[in-house]
Amino acid sequence: MTGKTLYDKLWDSHLVRTDENGVSLIYIDRHLIHEVTSPQAFEGLRLAGRKLWRIDANVAVPDHNIPTVNRHQGITDPISKLQIDTLSENCKHYEIREFAMDDPNQGIVHVIGPEQGLILPGMTVVCGDSHTSTHGAFGALAFGIGTSEVEHVLSTQCLLQSKSKNMLINIDGKLQPGVTAKDLILYIIGQIGTAGGTGYAIEFGGEAIEALSMEGRMTVCNMAIEAGARAGMIAVDDKTIEYVKGKPFAPKGENWEKAVKYWQTLKSDHDAVFDKVIEINASEILPMVTWGTSPEMVTDVSGNIPMNGNGIYRPALEYMGLEEGLAIQDVPLDKVFIGSCTNSRIEDLRIAANVVKGKKVAKSIILAMVVPGSGPIKRQAENEGLDKIFTEAGFEWREPGCSMCLAMNADKLEPGERCASTSNRNFEGRQGQGGRTHLVSPAMAAAAAIEGKFVNVCELFEVENGSV
Amino acid sequence: MEAFKTFTGIVAPLDRSNVDTDAIIPKQFLKSIKRTGFGQNLFDEWRYLDHGEPGQDCSNRPLNPDFVLNQKPYQQATIFLTRSNFGCGSSREHAPWALLDFGFRVIIAESFADIFYNNCFKNGILPITLPAETIKKLLAATVKTPGSTLTINLTEQEITDSRGDVIPFDIESFRKDALLKGLDEIGMTLTYEKEIRAFENKHKKAQPWLFSPINSSASDLPCGIPEGSPIPQGKRR
Repeated sequence: MTGKTLYDKLWDSHLVRTDENGVSLIYIDRHLIHEVTSPQAFEGLRLAGRKLWRIDANVAVPDHNIPTVNRHQGITDPISKLQIDTLSENCKHYEIREFAMDDPNQGIVHVIGPEQGLILPGMTVVCGDSHTSTHGAFGALAFGIGTSEVEHVLSTQCLLQSKSKNMLINIDGKLQPGVTAKDLILYIIGQIGTAGGTGYAIEFGGEAIEALSMEGRMTVCNMAIEAGARAGMIAVDDKTIEYVKGKPFAPKGENWEKAVKYWQTLKSDHDAVFDKVIEINASEILPMVTWGTSPEMVTDVSGNIPMNGNGIYRPALEYMGLEEGLAIQDVPLDKVFIGSCTNSRIEDLRIAANVVKGKKVAKSIILAMVVPGSGPIKRQAENEGLDKIFTEAGFEWREPGCSMCLAMNADKLEPGERCASTSNRNFEGRQGQGGRTHLVSPAMAAAAAIEGKFVNVCELFEVENGSV
Repeated sequence: MEAFKTFTGIVAPLDRSNVDTDAIIPKQFLKSIKRTGFGQNLFDEWRYLDHGEPGQDCSNRPLNPDFVLNQKPYQQATIFLTRSNFGCGSSREHAPWALLDFGFRVIIAESFADIFYNNCFKNGILPITLPAETIKKLLAATVKTPGSTLTINLTEQEITDSRGDVIPFDIESFRKDALLKGLDEIGMTLTYEKEIRAFENKHKKAQPWLFSPINSSASDLPCGIPEGSPIPQGKRR
């Protein structure tokens, strides 16, 4: 008998039953809830007269709509306010733990989950949000679901699933200084395409993944969905356990010892067979910048926008207001956004601050903003003086939330504005109707704010400063 | 959910790959707490020349005459035809809600993104995957004869065009079954309540830490602030 992959192990340990058609009922350990994709599910639950299956599996936080400035004034947009109030009412009614807007630990759902120890290795984690794949960084099976499935989880604690295929992306070698987890995942998406992982659960492994911090691993798994895979995951190692240890909701005492023993088994067996294996050499990767309207439209910072070939890039280039053949470093920028569930963790802010320190935002940049992923990250950054570094350079320092990653609140691009963004999607209109997004790492976004354009950030990092 | 029946409808072609759910229904419309009413904002940024806001009367908005759904025969379309990786990106079920609300019951594409594909079935929409070559032919035929129709027979897994040519398609049997019967999946799952409870008990015994209290009515909860950080001002649970 051949060994099991990490995905096989997580699947098998949550399998309630499989029917004759091969459809399985999978038990869900943690259900994360936010304001946008949950109201219709709670309404469905109520209309069907059903009960919530298990209160303690659920945790909620408003993040998509909430303002990142003047929060004490409340929400001025009445439609947003109704959605956030609806979440609070639903949580109150069903006794679900909510990190409400005025909670000091509120933040982006995919940031606060791990930060609070609400995400643990070996869990199945779902949320009505495609970036739930983030939590695979903990050796968990985590994926995004639609609102009907949110209702299904609320009502039954289970989901109907067919098993995905196994893919291994093995990244050997070392990332160069200045090349980060974000560049790595953008590079991978450039290689396999935005549908490359469709139908698969992707495990990321190899020397470069082992070398990443948990923050970096979350960045990689976060964008597995941008490669088409609902779930991305990484084996548990000492870093995983070290990160979880002492977190508010992490197991304690005897349970901790027992949990760690189990978590250490959460890796693919040596003889596990994957349906597909992709090999990547980390040392070849340079800082990456997207130029189009899909994350796969990406090149390294020394590159040029590709020639149009058979015209397939025409709609993207027209939308982006760019010409084929143009050097990425010649693209002028208007705004800079550092934040989102991809890149708003303390490590991201430290790297960005390191680049910004003692410098000023270029005059041509209309707005450069930093939106920390959570209350605790914001406070941690302030304790370290990072907020001062940013504000002295001319950045705005905001309250935590999804903000300009998807522009559901007031933070958005105006038509035609071009933004260097640490978020995850460069789709048309994503950051505001007519807005133009270039996805980059926090180091690149910070450097772009200073220079007003993209530069090779590797040159800013000395070789001995390899931790960056 | 409405059961899926055999029907004939006009095909609207969108010759484009990687159409994401942000394009299908832009974010500002996701602020609604309802499941209905999204049809008028389907493809809002491509369909209208101005900026749309939720709750707006769309009947007087300037239309983009180049967009397929604004052209005459396609306003009545019920079958959507497109290229690869349709519905990629955000998990928002508002995307199939908007397509359904507009009138679409079938989407034919070279491939679909996983979450979107799954969401379609939950709403009685049939997503059909066909080979690239077949999609190309169908797109060409639709462009040549605007307003042409297809007949979808889910039971037989066949698409028939107006000339009588038949294209077979594959679909997983459980999905087909659920669509044909319009099953309530939650109700079906709850018939296994005993099995779920048995699994849960076993799971709890093996990994008791997964069942720790976190809800707001439980006592002895940690305040949620990582060790070493100062206690902030504000509400403390």
